[in-house]
Amino acid sequence: MTPHREYTDRLAAGEVAFQRCDDCRAAVFQPRVLCPACGSTRLTWGQSAGLGTVYSVSVLSPRDGRPYSVALIDLDEGFRMMSTVVGMPAGDVRIGMRVRAQVDQVDQVDQARVEFLADRS
Amino acid sequence: MSGPDLRGAAAIVGVAESDLGEVGQDRYAIELAAQASVAALAEAGLTTRDVDGLFCAIAGRGMAPLDVAEYLGVRPRYTDGTMVGGSSFVSHLHHAALAVAAGACDVALIAYGSTARSDSGRGRLPTGPPELPSYEAAYRPRMPVTGYALAAARHMYQYGTTRTQLAEVAVAARRWAMLNPKAFARDPLTIEDVLASRVISSPLSALDCCLVTDGGGAVVVTRADRARDLPRPPVYLLGAGEAHWHRTIAQMPDLTVTAATESSARAYAMAKLGPADVDVVELYDAFTINTILFLEDLGFCAKGEGGDFVSGGRIAPGGVLPVNTNGGGLSYCHPGMYGIFTLIEATRQIRGEAGERQQPGVTVALAHGNGGQLSSQVTAILGSEASL
Repeated sequence: MTPHREYTDRLAAGEVAFQRCDDCRAAVFQPRVLCPACGSTRLTWGQSAGLGTVYSVSVLSPRDGRPYSVALIDLDEGFRMMSTVVGMPAGDVRIGMRVRAQVDQVDQVDQARVEFLADRS
Repeated sequence: MSGPDLRGAAAIVGVAESDLGEVGQDRYAIELAAQASVAALAEAGLTTRDVDGLFCAIAGRGMAPLDVAEYLGVRPRYTDGTMVGGSSFVSHLHHAALAVAAGACDVALIAYGSTARSDSGRGRLPTGPPELPSYEAAYRPRMPVTGYALAAARHMYQYGTTRTQLAEVAVAARRWAMLNPKAFARDPLTIEDVLASRVISSPLSALDCCLVTDGGGAVVVTRADRARDLPRPPVYLLGAGEAHWHRTIAQMPDLTVTAATESSARAYAMAKLGPADVDVVELYDAFTINTILFLEDLGFCAKGEGGDFVSGGRIAPGGVLPVNTNGGGLSYCHPGMYGIFTLIEATRQIRGEAGERQQPGVTVALAHGNGGQLSSQVTAILGSEASL
């Protein structure tokens, strides 16, 4: 299966998936056929625990909709992804906040996407 | 590792802008590129018949060099369509110098045009659907601004940079633009105006963002020995360096450190110069955070000190370091991609042709291009005969 298809299938099943390099152990995201850290093609899929920290955040306020956050999240396994923090006012999302992933089945292109909530544990 | 020693091997012998501003009605990018090309060649005492090397990138035209060559009626023996966003044209200068030094061509023309401003009013926007696969589109970032906003937010978090310091960059650019008759935005601007403008993607507001204008530019490059026979004083390429580490913002390793650290180190090494030798800086200010990041990464101040460095009018007219003396992408022009205009202004400052905004005794100028989401960084160091 191709890396992109593997990722989207796992996402549709509710999983935050990433690859790990068998040789240098780097966490790899976005999905690839090789490890960008060492060039190895020996990658193994894994499931993230979904816990991470907000690395940066920007709030957009469309004229015709509710404000939303676009955030970069550093997952504890060692990779970063663009996402959004929901369940709280977008303007309250702070860099350094601990967050927990949930997979939302519907976005505007009718695909699953990973979102994050503040982690209160 | 450093590349071939190009110091002084090639020179800029002609530069020109096309019509700038809101000039795209019933016109196309290629026409503005051609208008600028003819003017830049004329300044060099050359015509399209002399061009045998062509370097171009135009948004939305996947085969821009073919389009431009056909339109101009040139038949290049060397062609480079490198497309690394707004940094393409500084990259083209580097590649053109390599090509003329190697004898692959004698007269290199770098050409650019865009009708970005007029396109937005007629539904002919150059940006299409996201390139696939995209791991970002689902989150609706407004690109490019959100990428730069994320970098600004992180710089503020890590170094205490403030929105007022970002606004200082916009105000300095405007003060330079007020000295440039070709600048698009010349009304007085205050810090308060910038802070009060509508937030587009926090922390960046409308006045932290570059203009959207129409326009084009062209630069003519030839070997140094030939340049000395042409009408204008040659502006020599002393050093050039390129670097890119990512394309999408989520893959940028550290949002507060750009690949300009590497591109500038390469350019300084080739030029055998450092930041203290630079008389004027022309850098790609798509957003106010760019100027702060690049002044740090180009070595004009330490990492994290960019906000302080730009404060109190220190990069404005009369300040300690003249930055973006034409008014930059923030206030002079920004037709889709801005990189070529850093070369045009650096050349004019070195020749002493910059009118009211001319800085005294400019022998070395730094031009820096940025492309993508703080992705591609290309630095060129240019100098007069005296700098050789």
